[in-house]
Amino acid sequence: MFFPISHADINPIYLAIIGFLIGILGGFFGVGGSFIAGPALRLMGVDWNYAVGTDLAHIVGKSIVAAKQHRALGNVDLKLGLIMALGTIGGAECGAQLIQALKRSGHVNTVVSYVAIVVYTGIAAFMLWESQKTLRTYKSPSKISGGIDPKKDRSAFGPVTRTIQRLKIWPMIALPTSGITISLWTIVLVAFVGGLFSGFLGGGAGYIRMPSMVYVLGVPTHLAVGTDLFEIVISASYGTITHAIKGNVDILIALVMHTGAVIGAQIGVVATQYFTGPKIRLAFVPLPLIGAAIVIYTLMTGHKL
Amino acid sequence: MRAFAVELAVYAVLVTCYFFLVLHLLGEWLYRLETQHRYIYAGVAILLIAGQAVVLDAVTTLLFRLLRGRWR
Repeated sequence: MFFPISHADINPIYLAIIGFLIGILGGFFGVGGSFIAGPALRLMGVDWNYAVGTDLAHIVGKSIVAAKQHRALGNVDLKLGLIMALGTIGGAECGAQLIQALKRSGHVNTVVSYVAIVVYTGIAAFMLWESQKTLRTYKSPSKISGGIDPKKDRSAFGPVTRTIQRLKIWPMIALPTSGITISLWTIVLVAFVGGLFSGFLGGGAGYIRMPSMVYVLGVPTHLAVGTDLFEIVISASYGTITHAIKGNVDILIALVMHTGAVIGAQIGVVATQYFTGPKIRLAFVPLPLIGAAIVIYTLMTGHKL
Repeated sequence: MRAFAVELAVYAVLVTCYFFLVLHLLGEWLYRLETQHRYIYAGVAILLIAGQAVVLDAVTTLLFRLLRGRWR
C-alpha cells in the first residue's frame, strides 16, 4: 500500500505486526520501542527523518494505553513524570534541530545510523553487566506473598546511585511514590539527555530514560517503567508536533502501526507483574541489540529487505 | 486464553475495516494538509493518534469484558 506523505510502499499488515511487537515491549519495559520501530521503518525504505517523526506519533498513541494500564497498577510517579517532561521537551527540541541540520547537509541517514549503533550497543552492554551482577549478588529476590514487591529493587549500580542522590544541589525534590529525595537538576539533566536522544534517534528514548531512572535517580524498576510511559506521552506529543511542522511525520503509517500496538501493550503491562526488577532489566538487553543489528544491515545493504 | 484469542480475532476484523476507512477517506486529505498547511497537519496528527488510542483502548477493554463474561 502506498503512503503518499512519506512516498513509501509498505504492507499495512507488516506495520500492524511491528506495532503489536513494539506494544508488548513497551508495556513490559516502559520503552517506546523506537530502537525497533525506527529501524523497521527504515528497512521498508522510509527515510530516517520520516522514521523518527512517524515513530514518535505512533508512540504517543501506544503510551497513552500502556500508561493508563500502569497507573491502574500503581506504577506511575506523576510528580516525577511531570518534572521530567520539562527537561525532555528541551532536549527533544535540540535533537530535532540536529536532525534538521543533518537533513540540510544531506547526511541524515548515515550519521543517525552510526549514532544509533553506538548508543544501542552501549546500553545493551551496560544493562547486561549490571543486571547479571545484581542477580549474582542477590540470589533471592525480595518477595511478598502472592507476588513480587515492586518497592524492593536492587541494583549493582546502587552505590553510584546513592552518591548521586546525596548531591545536595538546591532545590531538593521529595518523591514519596518512588521513595527518594533528589536534586531537581539531576532529574532535569536525566530528562534532557533522554529528550535529546528522543529528538535525534526518534521514539520516546525510553531505552535511555528507563535505565537512567533506575541507575541515576534510583527509581524502582516497576515505577520507572510506568513513569517513563507517562512521561513519554507528554514528551512524544511535543516531539510529534515539532517533527510534523518540520515535515517529518507520516501520520497514516503511525495510525496503522498503532492498531497492533494497542493489543500488544495490554499483554506487556500484565506481564510486568510476574518479574523482578533485575530480571526485567536483563530481558531488556537483546532489544537495543536487535535495533543495532537492523541498522547495521540497512547500512551494509543500502536498501530495504 | 480463549477469550483473548476471540478478542484478537474480533479486533482484527474491526481493524481491517478501519484500515480501509482511514487510508481511503483520510489519506488524500491528510496528504494535502501536510503539503499545504503544516501547522494544522501537526495538530490534526496529534489529535488523530490520541483519539485513536482512547477509542481502541475502550474497544479492546469492552471486547475483553464482554468475552470474559460470556466464557466465565
